[in-house]
Amino acid sequence: MASLELRNIVKRYKSQTVLDNLSLTVADGETLVLFGPSGAGKTVLLRLVAGVIDPDEGKILIGGEDMTDVDAEFRGVGMAFQNFALFPHMTAFDNIATPLQAKHSSQGTIKAGVESVGKLLKIGHVLSHKPRALSNGQKQRTALARALVGSPPLLLLDDPLRNVDAKLRFEMRLELPRLLADRGATVVYVTQDYKEAMALGDRIAVMSQGVVKQLGTPEQIYREPANVEIARLFGDPTINLLDVKPSRDAKGVYVGLSNVQVHLAGAHEAAVGRDCVIGLRPEALAFVDEGTSGAIPVTVEAETPLNEKIVTLVRTVRGREILVSRPSGIPGQSEGRAHIAVDSKSALLFDRASGERIGSKNVVNLRSGEAA
Amino acid sequence: MEHTSLLERILRGIALALVVIFFMFPIVWILMMSFQTNETILRIPPQLVFEPTLANYTALITGKLMTAAGTLDIAFMRNLWNSVFLSVTSVAVALLLGVPAAYAFARHKFRGSEDIAFTLLSFRFAPALLVLLPLTLYFQKLGLANTYIGLIWVYQLICLPLILWIVRGYFEDIPADIEYAYRIAGHSWFATFRKIALPLAGPGIAAAGLLAFIFAWNNFVFALVLASADKQPVTVGALAFITSSGIQYGQISAAIVLSITPTLALALYAQRYLVEGLSLGAVKG
Repeated sequence: MASLELRNIVKRYKSQTVLDNLSLTVADGETLVLFGPSGAGKTVLLRLVAGVIDPDEGKILIGGEDMTDVDAEFRGVGMAFQNFALFPHMTAFDNIATPLQAKHSSQGTIKAGVESVGKLLKIGHVLSHKPRALSNGQKQRTALARALVGSPPLLLLDDPLRNVDAKLRFEMRLELPRLLADRGATVVYVTQDYKEAMALGDRIAVMSQGVVKQLGTPEQIYREPANVEIARLFGDPTINLLDVKPSRDAKGVYVGLSNVQVHLAGAHEAAVGRDCVIGLRPEALAFVDEGTSGAIPVTVEAETPLNEKIVTLVRTVRGREILVSRPSGIPGQSEGRAHIAVDSKSALLFDRASGERIGSKNVVNLRSGEAA
Repeated sequence: MEHTSLLERILRGIALALVVIFFMFPIVWILMMSFQTNETILRIPPQLVFEPTLANYTALITGKLMTAAGTLDIAFMRNLWNSVFLSVTSVAVALLLGVPAAYAFARHKFRGSEDIAFTLLSFRFAPALLVLLPLTLYFQKLGLANTYIGLIWVYQLICLPLILWIVRGYFEDIPADIEYAYRIAGHSWFATFRKIALPLAGPGIAAAGLLAFIFAWNNFVFALVLASADKQPVTVGALAFITSSGIQYGQISAAIVLSITPTLALALYAQRYLVEGLSLGAVKG
């Protein structure tokens, strides 16, 4: 069991600042996902924690102990690499056994430990193979087994599903949370896949250019993204972003969409009169009958059925393209003229110049029905 | 294999045979000469059929060289032993020093590391004769002239840069993540060097060692100047075959056969590892 605390970490390569005064705390037993585009500094951060590179400034505390100047082999963390980093000259068994060998465990303990983790990860039958004889999925599981085998209190997983095929990634996305929860370890998980981030993280830290742009639960990141960029990164199909200038009348704050006044629920006072971008999740839009209040006339351009949902591309009278998503089975328009309405509670307003989200912490939490 | 016609296969066979004959001819001719007397060798026109004799080999092994002018003592077997000893020891010392140094140069970019590495490489640029004159004077002052230690030391000029630069490349090719993974698993840097870096760079180290061995074995000028008869390797010892009563082609050929045998055997043996080394590069992360 170990918490992790990073204090004012700075890392530079030559003149480039990769991590800029970054502070972050991960509670004991928590899974924190580091999410962000490549070059955001996620992997560097993980390596700093592992101890294979040193920060230029700042402190790293593991379980409350200052580990900044402690060598990697004494930090007691487990790590899985994106490229697996298996030892090519050793069998899968020996690969997995290395952390136990370092602890000078007995042969019996090593064998039992490797076999139990091998069974857990369903690679028991390939333990005698060398990495080159393993499939990508088996390599990935071997790498994961090596990270897990010593039951390290702190696990660092660097995009471990990056190099495996889609089917396996989907399976592991389901399997991993339970696996990690069973271990009770503190986990820092790096990924570029927002679905993985949402599925695995107790909290998500969205990183960009060496700083944490937003830190919160998956729910918060999705419902209240700190800026346009984060709103765009989370969600598939991507969020609809439209330029608007909110106004106010007796009924509250409204925006004009295709000459229709759409009133927004929640506190959006701060946005009135400013140049804004409104973010509308495709699933917050629905087809409605003509004449419904707030119905926006559109033309259907294309429809993509995706098994569990149907995504429709529509065009407003002003020529702006909007994606509408609805669960399969819900009737909708698949061609010609149609009307859509906005679920005004989940609309997001961003400042057009800075991209930052405006106001209202009071976004309704749809899943639990409470204010988040 | 794609299907080929009979004619094509025959032509291909002939072409291959021609290439092999062209490249193997000098070696085969030397091998044949080593079983002939000087008279049959110098016969004009040269003949492929001859009565083989082992006289050349017996002369080399017993150290008695029969010439028209009488019997000469030659130290060929001693020279051969010197070659083996000097080359093996030099390569061993160069590996002991060069491999850790190569690892340091590959993994740690310290101040001046590139300059030091390049300085070591520059030993290979300097003309040997330019280095030799001051070196001889120093060695005489230090008492290192005509000693095995002195020669092995000088041979480092040949072996060390080779091993350092070749092995460094192999170490650099090992993904750093693999070593990081071993460190994080709880092993010291030295264990990582021994258990991960060394085995993975093994084929490269073998290749560099083999190359250094061949260079050391073939060295002539350092040993010529710095060693006297009892410390001389075969390359210098071969001069003894130029006698007052002519050049002993038969013995020279036999000597060549004997002296290329160790390197040839080593190369054939190591080839397996060299090929394995090349295919090991196919392992991605």
